[in-house]
Amino acid sequence: MSKTIITVVGKDAVGIIAKVCTYLADNQVNVEDISQTIVQGYFNMMMIVDTSGSTKPYAGMVTELDDLGDAIGVRIRCQREDIFTKMHRI
Amino acid sequence: MVTIIEVNETNKMIEQEKLDVRTITLGISLLDCCDSDLDALNRNIYDKITRVAENLVSTGREIELEYGIPIVNKRISVTPIALVGGRACRSPEDFVEVAKTLDQAARDTGVNFLGGYSAIVSKGMTPADEALIRSIPAALSSTERVCSSVNIGSTKTGINMDAVKLMGEIVRETAEATKENNSLGCAKLVVLCNAPDDNPFMAGAFHGVSEADAVINVGVSGPGVIKHALEGVRGKNFEVLCETVKRTAFKVTRAGQLVAQEASERLGIPFGIVDLSLAPTPSVGDSVAEILEEMGLESVGAPGTTAALALLNDQVKKGGIMASSFVGGLSGAFIPVSEDQGMIDAVNRGALTLEKLEAMTCVCSVGLDMIAIPGDTPASTISGIIADEAAIGMINNKTTAVRLIPVIGKDVGDTVEFGGLLGHAPVQQVNRFCCADFINRGGRIPAPIHSFKN
Repeated sequence: MSKTIITVVGKDAVGIIAKVCTYLADNQVNVEDISQTIVQGYFNMMMIVDTSGSTKPYAGMVTELDDLGDAIGVRIRCQREDIFTKMHRI
Repeated sequence: MVTIIEVNETNKMIEQEKLDVRTITLGISLLDCCDSDLDALNRNIYDKITRVAENLVSTGREIELEYGIPIVNKRISVTPIALVGGRACRSPEDFVEVAKTLDQAARDTGVNFLGGYSAIVSKGMTPADEALIRSIPAALSSTERVCSSVNIGSTKTGINMDAVKLMGEIVRETAEATKENNSLGCAKLVVLCNAPDDNPFMAGAFHGVSEADAVINVGVSGPGVIKHALEGVRGKNFEVLCETVKRTAFKVTRAGQLVAQEASERLGIPFGIVDLSLAPTPSVGDSVAEILEEMGLESVGAPGTTAALALLNDQVKKGGIMASSFVGGLSGAFIPVSEDQGMIDAVNRGALTLEKLEAMTCVCSVGLDMIAIPGDTPASTISGIIADEAAIGMINNKTTAVRLIPVIGKDVGDTVEFGGLLGHAPVQQVNRFCCADFINRGGRIPAPIHSFKN
């Protein structure tokens, strides 16, 4: 199964990574890589994760991460990696 | 491994530049539904569509959610109904019953449009073709989601002028039959020349007889993405301009190809084609007109518009072809007036006329599209416009189409609201000189010569 990309974009605050990682750990999602920047006070993080060990349906995870983002005031997107590799790699 | 820059670029295209997959269209052959009994035919059609398309909408939503890219429409195209209903339907009224069945099947599968209430009459009309065509006004006024198309010519056969004459009358009758609703029926009716068998876009979609039992075709979009990319190369020469369009079209099409393959795999239905058309919507920033203006035109319709559109269309194809394993359908830039805010603005400021739009259709797909004209436009004038457009398609070996809306009770200066993706349109001036004697001649225009092209 392909990898999943989780992006978190929003105003920087304490504990954003912790909250996202806690959710992922609770759902047996393994984080393989994290890159992160802060531009003009805006937090921008990308995680490459492996969801193959998780029992949660994919759609459920997308919705719950979206809700989590709303709760902590950031935009969290969870997308299959293919949409990016197909677009940017030949 | 993808980088954060690439991920952000893609998500910016989706969130800010309105990148989407415009449609997943499931083509379904209804040839095996034929029966001499009308009730049996209707039952067969309903059962087959609802069985094959059962999971279309839910699968589309799943893909949308997992990849984070909107799939705006899920649609169905079927075998031209004139072929399927020929045995059972003995009158236009019988065909209307089939239209109602299609509408019910569309509603029950959750698709917003179903195309294929069609007849292919490029050389001649069978009694079934003619009955279907004569049933179009009643069919489109008594259904909600059914789209109709009639192919009246091709490069190989020439133009069936009897059908052109009839379609002028049918467009008018459809406008009358739906006059309570701004003649909306005409927005679901398109007259084509060189219609492709695998077009996923409405209203001209049908599942041609050259196709397999069921097939997935996908239409991509992304005018906003191209416009944004061109903002970065203002003032640069044409080489840079063309390269930028091509690269961007490649990316847009790859997203469409991915969605097409996923849908095909999940539904267990073969992948047909990706249609590379740039399809605008009425929302700001999703406009083909704005791309042309970004290239350096004060307004769409200004001198240079046809050249700008030609290069856009060609570069979109060049970029898209490499991004997809199979390209088909209409594949070009759409220039519908009511569905493109930039086109609407250009008409309102007096920059864009019907004649300039006709010139633009020589170099783009698909034709005179979603244009509101005065409600008192004679049928013969509509036929004349159809003939002109068909001639452009026939001579240039390309698809052309006409989707005109003679809005009953409205005249030049009025604006008509169609709602949703169909947008709104100012009623445009039509040339008032008569062509009735030309249209009334009857018969066919022969196929053109295929050499000595000038």
